[in-house]
Amino acid sequence: MPKRKAVIDTRTCVACGCCMKVCPRSAITIPRGICAEVDVALCVGCGKCAQECPTSVITLEVKE
Amino acid sequence: MKNTAKKWYDYLWVVSLTYLILGFFNILFAWLGLLCFFIPLIISITKGSKAYCNKYCGRGQLFALAGGRFGLSRRKDIPKWMKSSGFRYGFLLFFFAMFFLMLWNTWLVFAGAKDLRTVVTLLWTLKLPWHWAYHGTLFSDGVAQFAFGFYSVMLTSTVLGFVTMLLFKPRSWCVYCPMGTMTQLICRARNAASAPKSL
Ligand code: SF4
Ligand code: SF4
Ligand code: SF4
Repeated sequence: MPKRKAVIDTRTCVACGCCMKVCPRSAITIPRGICAEVDVALCVGCGKCAQECPTSVITLEVKE
Repeated sequence: MKNTAKKWYDYLWVVSLTYLILGFFNILFAWLGLLCFFIPLIISITKGSKAYCNKYCGRGQLFALAGGRFGLSRRKDIPKWMKSSGFRYGFLLFFFAMFFLMLWNTWLVFAGAKDLRTVVTLLWTLKLPWHWAYHGTLFSDGVAQFAFGFYSVMLTSTVLGFVTMLLFKPRSWCVYCPMGTMTQLICRARNAASAPKSL
């Protein structure tokens, strides 16, 4: 089964942190307050972050 | 690995809710709202992060609870124009302009050029009578005028945030929240300034 990972449109991300709060794997960080970043090694593709994001800038994409 | 355990700061929504309620009893409590102005700014300027939004902001938590747990949100995507930088920066400027107008009115009352008006202005136009939350002040009338003005700002943003919470995702307010936009801008500027050094 192909693995899906959260991908963030960093240009429109408002760095609010809603995604970070709901991620069950703590895969998201907002290191410099500019935009969120996903650690693909931790992300399990559950989609919780995408559901929560008020800007709707997270998509789940099939990686490799 | 799991981050489901609640931390102390996950309960700061209680503080935000208490703040809004206190304003109905004694308007002078509105002064405490300055904390939600200075704390995020200080964090973004000194730490270069949006830790306030990401962890501590009680208002964001309040919308997440009402829209999420209590299901008051349609959970639809916010329209494209509302997340455009044009709208976000435009709203920030508008908000600032209104804020300075409020400060100017406060100053006029301080200076004695205007009388204290015990009203809370909702959405910059609706004047709601609020005299029942005013029991006099030990200081100048200007102190009370600022409280009324500041509470108006807080109540207006709560109402706007509540409406967009109903229509779109729970924390839609965070998309165009002036504090959020401003702290992100500060973080961007800080990063741009420090980037050449780290290269
Ligand atoms: S929830 Fe969306 S807008 Fe907010 S930080 Fe995460 S990706 Fe960015
Ligand atoms: S898809 Fe799930 S695991 Fe991956 S970042 Fe989003 S919330 Fe975390
Ligand atoms: S964007 Fe505004 S409401 Fe949202 S978490 Fe940040 S300060 Fe709070």
